[in-house]
Amino acid sequence: MSFVEYSEIIQEGDVVIIFQGHESMMPIKVQSGAQTQTRYGAIRHSSDLIGQRFGSKVTCSKGGWVYVLHPTPELWTVNLPHRTQILYTTDIANITLMLELKPGSVVCESGTGSGSLSHSILRTIAPTGHLHTVEFHAQRAEKAMQEFKEHKVSHLVTVRNQDVCKDGFGITGIADAVFLDIPSPWEAITHAKSAIKRKGGRVCSFSPCIEQVQRTCEALLDHGFEEICTLEVLLRVHDVRTVTLPLPDFGPEEDSTDIPNTGNTSVICRTATPPREMAGHTGYLTFATKPRD
Amino acid sequence: MAECVKDSDAEGRISYGDYVVLKRGDVFKSVQVENKKKVIFEKQWFFLDNAVGQLYGTMFEIEAGGSLKLKAAKHSGDSLDSKEAGQDNRHIVDDGRSQKLSRDDIETLKEQGLKGQEIVQQLIDNSTTFKDKTEFAQEKYIKKKKKNHLRYDTLAQVLTLGNIHAGSKIIVFETCAGLVLGSVMERMGGYGSVIQMYPGGGPTRAGMESFGFPSHFHQTLHEFPLCKVNALLAGTLDLSEKDADGNGRSESSQETSGVSEEKNSEPQSMEVSVDPQEEVRRAERERLREQRAQEKKVKMEEKRKKLASAAALLEGRNADGLVIASRFHPCPVLMGLLKFVAPSRPFVVYCQYREPLIECYTKLREQGGAISLRLTDSWLRHYQVLPNRTHPVLLMSGGGGYLLSGTTVAADAAKARNQHKAEEPVAKRLKLDKISSSCDSSA
Repeated sequence: MSFVEYSEIIQEGDVVIIFQGHESMMPIKVQSGAQTQTRYGAIRHSSDLIGQRFGSKVTCSKGGWVYVLHPTPELWTVNLPHRTQILYTTDIANITLMLELKPGSVVCESGTGSGSLSHSILRTIAPTGHLHTVEFHAQRAEKAMQEFKEHKVSHLVTVRNQDVCKDGFGITGIADAVFLDIPSPWEAITHAKSAIKRKGGRVCSFSPCIEQVQRTCEALLDHGFEEICTLEVLLRVHDVRTVTLPLPDFGPEEDSTDIPNTGNTSVICRTATPPREMAGHTGYLTFATKPRD
Repeated sequence: MAECVKDSDAEGRISYGDYVVLKRGDVFKSVQVENKKKVIFEKQWFFLDNAVGQLYGTMFEIEAGGSLKLKAAKHSGDSLDSKEAGQDNRHIVDDGRSQKLSRDDIETLKEQGLKGQEIVQQLIDNSTTFKDKTEFAQEKYIKKKKKNHLRYDTLAQVLTLGNIHAGSKIIVFETCAGLVLGSVMERMGGYGSVIQMYPGGGPTRAGMESFGFPSHFHQTLHEFPLCKVNALLAGTLDLSEKDADGNGRSESSQETSGVSEEKNSEPQSMEVSVDPQEEVRRAERERLREQRAQEKKVKMEEKRKKLASAAALLEGRNADGLVIASRFHPCPVLMGLLKFVAPSRPFVVYCQYREPLIECYTKLREQGGAISLRLTDSWLRHYQVLPNRTHPVLLMSGGGGYLLSGTTVAADAAKARNQHKAEEPVAKRLKLDKISSSCDSSA
C-alpha cells in the first residue's frame, strides 16, 4: 500500500480505510495482533485484515460487517485528523488542474497544515516529482513528516519548518508550481517568484477573504505575473431518492367504458434533489502565470 | 521513462511538428506547426514558420503577407507597459494618484502601446492550460449557441475523483474527441496503461494528439472495441487472424479493389502478350497488388496484436479505475465496464444530463458492488479583482454537466441491500424496497 501506488493485498503497516456505511469511515493502521472497535464489533488485524484483498468485506465480532478500502488522497481528505482547517476535494481538483500538475512536477506549498492538499499533490507528481512544503508551526511540521513516512511517500517530499514569508521555500529556480494557503500570501509572492523555474510556472493562492485576494492580486501584478485570475468553485451534491406522488381523482370519466381505476392512487418516482443549503464558501482561488525570465 | 523536467532553453523552443497554443487575450487555439501552412486565428491568416526556433512564450506581430515578426521585448518591471502590450485591460490598476481610470484614459494607453494596425500574437508553452482555458474561452462563444459540454472544472473533478495517477491501469470511454483521454494520459505521465474503449470503427483521438505527448506515451495507450466486450467477458473472444478486423467495411472494400484488379489483369493474362511494354506494365501491376496485399497483412497482424494486448489487460478484471464521458446512455456503459475494475477502486461517470445518472445510481444500489455513490455538479464563479471594483463577473452553473462517482467493493448483492440501509439517509430507507421494475421500464 502507498498513497501513490495501488496494491492488492493488505499488509502489516498499511494504512487502510474502514467503511462502516454512509458517511462513516475511519482510517486505521494495520498491526499484527492489534484490534479495532467498529460499530459492528471488533476487527482482528491479523486474521481479518492482513492477507485480505482491498475492497473485501470483513465480518466483525458482533456479526456485522464493514468494507476495507485502499487509501487514496480523496479518502484521506475526509478522514484525516484535523490539525487545521483543510482543503477539500473540490478545490483540490481545480488547483491540481490549473497548476498543471503531473508526474515529474516540482511543487512548493505553504502551509502544510494537516496535509490534505499535500497528499493529493504527492499522488499527482509521483514517481518523479517533488514537493517542497513549508510549515510555520513546529509540531504540525513534525506530524506531517511522520504521516508522509507512514504513508510511504516521504521520498517525494521535503518538509521545512520555517516562515515562508521571511525565508521562502528553501529552494530557488526549480519549481513548476507554487501554492499558498497562508494568512498573508502577498508577503510570499517574491519568494514564490524566485522558487519558480526561469522558464516560468504557475502560482495559486487560496484565501477565504476577498481583502486578502485583492492584496495578493496587486502583489502578483507588481511582480510581473500574468493571466491573473480569481475564481471560486462550489460542489452541489444531489440526493437521489424515491418519492411517492399521489395522483388526483377527477372522478369517473363521462364517455369512458373502462373500469374505473381504483388501484393506482400514487406514482413512484426516482429523482434527485439538491440539498437545502449548498456547500458553504471555502475560499477564493487566485491563479497566475510567471512568464519566462 | 520519466519525462525529465529540465530547465534548458533547448527544450523550450518551437519546432516543426509541435502542437502549440496560440493566445490573444483570453482566446486560445490549438494548432500544429507545419511548413508554410496557413493558420487562421481570430480572423487573421498567417504562417508559423518564423516562430520555429523561438522560445515558447514569445510574442509576435503579424505582418502584411502573413509572416510573423518578433515583438520587441518589454521591461518586466514596468507594469504599465505590460498592460499596453495587449494584456487584458481588467488589470489596468489604479496607481493611487487617480481614483479611477476613465474609459478615455484606457483608450489612450492602448493607443500609445499599440501602433496603428499592429496586432500582437503570443505563442505560449504547449502545456495543458490550453484545455481548461480553451473550454472557458469556448464557453463564452458557445453560450449563445446554448451548447453544453465538459467544462474544465468538471474535468478537474473527474481526474481527481478518479485518482488518476502514474502507474495505474485506467479504462476510459469517452466521446469528447480525445480531450478526456489526453487529460488522463497527461496525469499518468507515460506510466501505467490506458485502455480506451470505443464504439464503432475506431477510437477518436484528435484532441489527444494536441497534447503533444512524447512518443513513449503512446505505448501505454491501448484500445478495445465495445462490440467485443461480451465476448471477452464470456471468454469467447477470438483472437485468430480472421477476426482481427473489427470493421467489416474496410475489409470488403479492399477485397473488391483486389478483385477488380484481378479482373483487369485476367483478360490480358489469357491473351498471349507479345508487347514488351504491356508485359512490363502487367508485372508492375502484379507487384503493386502483391505489395498492397502484404501491407494489408501487416496491418491486420498489427490490429490483431493490439486487440490481444488490450484484451490481456482487461481480462484480469483488475483495472484501477474507470472514466466514462460520452453521449451514450451511461447506465449500460457503466454496468458493462465496471466488471473489469478491481475492488476498492474509484470510478467516475460524466453525463450532460442528470436523469441517466440517477438510473445508474439506482442500478448500482440494487446490484451492489459500489459504495460512496455521489451525484454532483459544480458551480464556477469568476471574479474581477480591482481596487474598489471587485465583484463576481461570470457564474457558470448547470451547464457543466453532472458526475456520478463511487468506489468499487467486492460484490455481494444480497447482503448489500439488507444490512447497509444505513448507507442512505432516513427518508430513502422507507422507499428503498419500492424500487420496482416500473422505474426501469419508464427509462
